[in-house]
Amino acid sequence: MSRWLLRRLVDAVVTFLLVAVLVFVLMRLAPGDPLDRLTEDRPMAPAEQARLRTLFGLDQPLGTQFVRFAEAAVRGDFGASIEYYPTRVTDLVTSRLGPSLLLGFTVLLVNLIGGVWLGVLQARRRGSRLDRWLTRLSLAGYAAPSFWLGWMLVSLFAIKWRLLPAAQMTDPLLPPDAGWLSRAADVGAHLILPAVTLSIVSLAATMRYQRSAMLEVLRLDFVFAARARGLSERRVIWRHAWRNALFPILTLLGLWLPILVTGAVFVEQVFNWPGLGSLTAGAVMTRDYPVLMATALLVAAAVLISGILTDLAHRWLDPRTRDG
Amino acid sequence: MTPLLTVDNLRVTFPRAAGPSTPVDGVSFAIDRGERVALVGESGSGKSLTCLALLRLIPNPGVIAPGSSIRLDGTEVLSLEGEALRAIRGGRIGLVFQDPMTSLNPVLTVGYQVREAVTAHRNMSRAEARDRTIALLDEVGIPDPAERADAYPHQLSGGLRQRVMIAIALAGEPDLLVADEPTTALDVTIQAQILELLDRIRARRNMAVLLITHDLGVVAGRTDRVMVMYAGQIIETAPTARLFAAPAHPYTQALLQSMPRLTGPVGRLVSIGGSVPDPTAWPTGCRFHPRCDRRITPCAGEVPPWRAAGPGQEARCWLIEGVAP
Ligand SMILES: Nc1ncnc2c1ncn2[C@@H]1O[C@H](COP(=O)(O)OP(=O)(O)OP(=O)(O)O)[C@@H](O)[C@H]1O
Ligand SMILES: [Mg+2]
Repeated sequence: MSRWLLRRLVDAVVTFLLVAVLVFVLMRLAPGDPLDRLTEDRPMAPAEQARLRTLFGLDQPLGTQFVRFAEAAVRGDFGASIEYYPTRVTDLVTSRLGPSLLLGFTVLLVNLIGGVWLGVLQARRRGSRLDRWLTRLSLAGYAAPSFWLGWMLVSLFAIKWRLLPAAQMTDPLLPPDAGWLSRAADVGAHLILPAVTLSIVSLAATMRYQRSAMLEVLRLDFVFAARARGLSERRVIWRHAWRNALFPILTLLGLWLPILVTGAVFVEQVFNWPGLGSLTAGAVMTRDYPVLMATALLVAAAVLISGILTDLAHRWLDPRTRDG
Repeated sequence: MTPLLTVDNLRVTFPRAAGPSTPVDGVSFAIDRGERVALVGESGSGKSLTCLALLRLIPNPGVIAPGSSIRLDGTEVLSLEGEALRAIRGGRIGLVFQDPMTSLNPVLTVGYQVREAVTAHRNMSRAEARDRTIALLDEVGIPDPAERADAYPHQLSGGLRQRVMIAIALAGEPDLLVADEPTTALDVTIQAQILELLDRIRARRNMAVLLITHDLGVVAGRTDRVMVMYAGQIIETAPTARLFAAPAHPYTQALLQSMPRLTGPVGRLVSIGGSVPDPTAWPTGCRFHPRCDRRITPCAGEVPPWRAAGPGQEARCWLIEGVAP
């Protein structure tokens, strides 16, 4: 067990380093650089341009640049953002992480509870009208582009009916002495539309995975055997069948966890949600190398860590792999 | 005295695009309290579906056809729902499945699975349920039951797993234990042990037992009566000794001949020619007639009636002259 974990950790670290090098090199090989953007709409003297290049170390050879970056990064220093100079990248990222996690965890919760429950319901009523309609609806949600869906919801709920705020995470007009309850309610109201948009487009995957996993399990002998000993249907479904049909969901969850961290780019853009998704999208446009590097490494870390967590959960929940 | 279990005209059908299939087609029998009965037949004859029907566990989309009746102590099982049905499952009728490798839940400990069978039928404290679980595991001959209760199914051998399945079937103190080929999936040496265990438990608890098998060899000396099933129907029933001494139906005779004998010339293993027909299109008349080498004029066209063939023995065959009842 511990040897297995050690191997996984070593693998993860090696992968992480590879990703770091790859992203760093590819980013600089792509045409254009941060100076192009800075000089786009205002002319800049060549001497000034050179000064900025030196400031951000862009005049150095690629190898030197990477070594400098790596040396600082291991100390937790990703330098200053080019676009938001002189704000530190770490400050920028940490201020955006909270909103992304809030949105991500809300969607994850909806997905887990709603998707699992609906998928199990579909499997139990396989072939019924309910099953067919749930499939159609979830696929329609899956097929809807998230920015379009977001816009539709905004124009209906925020603009037409004025029920919910259209954008941002907080109301700038909220009095500064507002209590925590009204602050939470304010964030909650802002959270609804982006969370609903993301949930609708992502629920289909959970439902479909859960439905087919459950159908596989429901025809196995031990489910009949559980019924034959007089257990309640609820116990047969959840304790016996679902307990064996949650492994595909676990895998799906592992793929989902990184999105928690990065946020969903489109939805954050539409709702002007101050998360990492919109930060990254902006950094791509402006070629803000330090910000891009930090967010890329954050995603890589999230992917690798959630992979390990998924495997750990799998081993913990499946006794057959536990003593292997 | 009314029998413990009375099955009357049981039919199980599966809807299909090409018309329904009827793998169990008009099965009737009765079992008395404490009686030991065997149900014998080739693979595909409908034995397992008959067992599952007793507990209303026919897999989707199969259904028990209207007109069927299963009465337990006079109560019609087919009209029960919810709690009352669950009280029968495991509480009045215990079921031991064929394959202990697949019929235990792989992610729950065996102790947990026995315990939930115990508490499904009796209200008791955690400590009582645990004691009862260990007592049951002990009763079915599992060494170190307190320790083994915490094992997962994959950590036990096939023989031990089948013992666990038997413990689960006994947990609700059933009046009837149905064992569907309980040894087919096990090693030969283990098979005898499991059958002996079933014999001992039955004697101690005085339950009725319905033993399903396709091997007549395990029936002798272990059951009071044998029912022979062919193509979804019972075609002969007789006291065990009588069946071995004077089988009446040509199918029973063929089954007996196909039994490997320990005495007599070695290597004489007769198998019955042909195979069990398809439940979507049963043969007309006697369902065995296409494979029967003694068929006569009415066999292909008319369904043979039940005829007495000896003391306590009846068979559905046109060849039987009929003994005055
Ligand atoms: N789920 C199902 N769907 C459709 N047909 C089925 C199903 N289960 C069983 N059958 C049909 O019923 C027939 C009898 O099945 P059953 O399992 O009762 O046979 P059996 O006598 O127990 O055989 P075995 O000795 O192989 O266990 C099979 O040949 C099959 O055609
Ligand atoms: Mg069978």
